[in-house]
Parts: sequence; C-alpha cells; structure tokens
Amino acid sequence: MSLIKETEQRTGGIALLLFGAAALIPLADDGYYLSMAVNIAMYAVLCTAWTLFSGPTHYVSLATAAFFGVGTYSVGLGIDTLPFPLLIAIAAVASSILAGLVGLATLRLSGVYFVIFTLGLAELVRQVVTWLQVNFVGSVGLYVFTDLTEAHIFWMLLALAALVYVTGWLVNRSRLGFAMRIIGNDETVARHVGIDVARSKVILFMISGAFIGITGAILAPRFAYVEPPSAFNPVISFQVVIMALLGGTGRLWAPLLGVIPFTILFDQISANFPNYTSLLIGIAFMAIVYYLPRGVIGLVDDIRMRQTKRHEHAAGVPEAAE
Amino acid sequence: MDILVTGTVLGGTYALIALGLTLQYGVARIMNLANGENLVLACFCAFWLHTAASINPIIGIALIAPGAFVLNWLIYAYGMRPLVDRAKNRGQLEIDSILATFGLMFIMQGVMLLVFGGGYFSYNFLSEPVRIMGENYGLNRIVALIAAVVIAAALYGFLYRTRYGTAVRAVAVNPASASLVAIDVPRMSAFAFALGGGLTAAGGALLSTFYTFNASMGVIFTMKALIIVIMGGVGDVRGAVLAALLLGLAETAVATLIDPGLTLAATYTLFILVLLFRPQGIFGRQTA
Repeated sequence: MSLIKETEQRTGGIALLLFGAAALIPLADDGYYLSMAVNIAMYAVLCTAWTLFSGPTHYVSLATAAFFGVGTYSVGLGIDTLPFPLLIAIAAVASSILAGLVGLATLRLSGVYFVIFTLGLAELVRQVVTWLQVNFVGSVGLYVFTDLTEAHIFWMLLALAALVYVTGWLVNRSRLGFAMRIIGNDETVARHVGIDVARSKVILFMISGAFIGITGAILAPRFAYVEPPSAFNPVISFQVVIMALLGGTGRLWAPLLGVIPFTILFDQISANFPNYTSLLIGIAFMAIVYYLPRGVIGLVDDIRMRQTKRHEHAAGVPEAAE
Repeated sequence: MDILVTGTVLGGTYALIALGLTLQYGVARIMNLANGENLVLACFCAFWLHTAASINPIIGIALIAPGAFVLNWLIYAYGMRPLVDRAKNRGQLEIDSILATFGLMFIMQGVMLLVFGGGYFSYNFLSEPVRIMGENYGLNRIVALIAAVVIAAALYGFLYRTRYGTAVRAVAVNPASASLVAIDVPRMSAFAFALGGGLTAAGGALLSTFYTFNASMGVIFTMKALIIVIMGGVGDVRGAVLAALLLGLAETAVATLIDPGLTLAATYTLFILVLLFRPQGIFGRQTA
C-alpha cells in the first residue's frame, strides 16, 4: 500500500484525531449529550452507508428502515442463546441477503421502480414479521437485556463508523468503485466498456445494507423492548435520505455535514413540538431540492471556488476558459 | 363470491387513484408521491361536506374534483415547473420530483395531522344492505363502484375520442415530437397533472363513503397506486384499470383467506412477479 497519497495521509491523520476526540465523549458526560452523540454516530453510519450506494448510482433508497429492523431483530431473537458479536455478524449477513434479493429484483430497472419498491419494503417486512410472531410465536415483541451501556453502544458505533469510512475509501480505490463512477456518469457507456452494471449495483447495495443492519443490531440493546413498529420505523429511511442529501453525496464524509445539524434540529423539534415533525421533514425535503440541490458540500465548494477565483484575479492570473 | 364483489369495489377505487397517478407520471413526467395525501385530503373534504353541510358525497365530488384540479394545477405551476426547467435530463427530473413530492407529502400530512389529529374518521352514507346473489353488501360500496366506472369511462372517452385527449396522449408518447405538431407541451403537462389530481380526489371522495380513514394513511395508497401504474404500464389507461382490479381482488382474497395483516405482502408478491416477468406492464410493448 505504497500508493497512499500525501493528501490522503493527511486526511487519515485528521480523521484519527477526530475519532480519538469523539471516543472521549462518554467520559465527559453520560446523560443528554452522550445520547445525542449516540444519535449522531448512528445517523453518521447510516447516512454514510446510504451514500456509499446512493451517491454514485443516484438511486434513492428508502430501504434503510428495513435493514435496520432486520439487524435489530437478529439481536432480539438470538440474545438469549448466542453471544452478541455473533449476532452482529448474523445481522450483517441477513440484511445483505435482503439487499441482494431486493437488488436482483429491482436494480436492473430504472430508478423509480427501485424507490417505490424500497418505500414499501420496511412495511412489508414488518407485516411479515408481525404475522410470523402472532401465528407461530404467540407474542409480538421481544425483550433485549444486556450489560451494554450507552457508552458501549457509542464506542461500537464509532468503530463501525471508522469501518464504514475505510470501506468506502477502499471501494473508491477498487475496480468496483471505478465501475460505479462510470455507471453514475453514463450507464450506457459503462455497459459498452464491459461493466456488469446490475451486478456492480447489487454488490454495492449489499455492502451498504450490511452496514445498516449492523447499526440496527448495535442499537437493539438501547431499545430494551423490540417490537415491529419501532424496529421498522419508516421515518428512519426518510431522515437518512434528508441528512445525506443535506450534507451532499459527492464525497464520503459530506453526509456528516447534514447529520450533525439535522439530528440536533430534529431532536429539538420532536422534544418541544412533537406534532410538527412531519412538517419539518417535508420542509427539509423542499429546501434541499429547491435551494441546496448539491447539499452543504456544494455550497462549500462554491464559496471555495469563488475565493480561489478572487485570488487569481488579485494575482493577475488570467481566467482560464472553461 | 364475497371476495369477488368486495375486491372489485376496492379495485374500482384503486383504479381512479392509479389513473390519476398514471396521468401525472405518464404525461407530466412527475412521479407524484404526494398523490396519496391528495386522496386523504379529498376524504376529509367529503367528510366535512357531509357532516357540516350535509352534502351527499357523490354530489360532493362535483366540488372536490375541480378543487383538487385547481390545487394540483397550482402545485405543478409553482412547484414542479422550476424543476422541469432546471433538469438536464429525465433522470435528474425524476430524482428531483421524487424528493420534492416527498416534501409535499410530509407537509400535507403534517398539516392534516395538525388540523384533524391522528384519529380515525368515518361517516354513515347509504350504509343499508343490498342483496346480490344471496349475499348482503353495503349500498355505499355498490354506489362507489358505479361512480368509479362512470368516471373511468368518461376519462376513457375524453382521452380516446376527443382532440384534446389525443394531444394529452401524444405528450405521453413523446413530448419532443408532440411539440413539433403544435401541441403546447408545458400546458398539456400542467393540464394532465391537474386532471390526475382531480381523478385521485374523486377516488378519495368515493373511498371515504365506505372506508375508515386517517391523516397518515396516504403513503400506503400512493404505494399501491404506484404499483398499479407499473403493473399496468406507465400512461396506459386500460392496463391501470385491469391492474387495479387484480390488486383489489388479490388483497381481498389474502385478507379473507389468510390474514388481514398481510395485504401488503400480497401487493408485493404481484409487484415482484410483474417486475420479473413483464417490467413494461401488462399491456406494455417491449422497448429497448
């Protein structure tokens, strides 16, 4: 791995420092701020995993809640008999299998089919799980009792976030990442140069789904009581889309710029004005589409570009023709 | 037999909603995910007209559908036009309109939740039984089905027998070519979008006569309508009607024979089968 560029080394160093600093949060506070940090870490992982797939392909996935719920349920079902790390692995496998099946059915077709399919997926899985529980188990809902505290959950999420970023970076460097960029730019071209478009998309969707499943598994102990409506809460899917788009999907770390402000805002609104949350989600969607189509990162890029232009003007460099 | 009649009634209402959506997506090229909210709004309007002004919901359609037509025209003119103008290609417009109508969906839902609360609503309209082939059915359901058939037939006549309707269909086939033969494409798109909204609202008003509704159920209907539209083939009127009836029957069959909690699973099974075997729709022709 001697091919790591200097800028990448610097980014990696900064990331390490930030992760180190974040890991100290549970030592400073174990109440409100820690639970906020858990939320932010959770959405950071979810949004980055979402962007991993939806960024390059432009497929708007609303399946987050389904994968998340599958992860939560894997833990809920097995917590009495199997060790927690094994359950996390099971969650990853189960949700990536689900992602693979969905991908095989829909990813060969245009984006609209995919959006619609994933929109109902969480609800579908919820109905099936409820039905199975009512008819074969006899009770809806499962108890998850563990010794894991909020701080443990936070550290696990942080480690997972690091893993997501490293995976994203590796994917970007791989043949798959290269193929994805070509597909994102022009699918016809991609097909002509011999890329198996559908297969690449399905693989990436499975990776993304696995991470979301793991997040659901890690958060299961936090719920203590797992039942279908809370595990497969469709709002999560929409929040993830909003946050990721708010940040911007062009770069791996860009969703973070959307996650932090929106998580805080959503928390404030749902604590003080619980009836206004769907209004907030609606307005956020509108604002992104009409005013921030490329997300906060797009805004940052624009400002940066204007500044470099001004510098060039000041230095007397003639403006290059586009 | 019970399944057949109940399923057909449900399918008839689905058909109106899906026809609305297929016009909006097939002609105006806007995937309107707020369509279900439009439907719920119409339910509430019918409810309000019936309880406050004691106006018969069937007559109420004459007020509700034009109201929805105007509302959707405004939504298209002020909300969707900028996106259409901005989009560089079809895919871009698709993503933008999906996100914008998601926003619209949540805003409408949020407002309705604030105004009406999260409770379930229903009202009594023609809930006396009629006997058909030895079994009892609510008269309201039968009336709703007849009204749906009349509206769908009127739409079919308009699209296939009039000059204006032919222009709408031409835009659905190819907007670029349609503008070459002097069809005002932006105007037709706005008209189709508004007409679609009006149809959905009519479906909603009919649905409210026999269905218990609440402020947050819109998304389920949007999804079913979308699935019907895809099953029937985008922009295809006959396909949408047939798919809607199929879906209504399949759902009712699953709900009565297996479990009422699994209706969505039934919908999805049909959806997957269509996606796997006829992604161009039941009547759709194979395209490249």
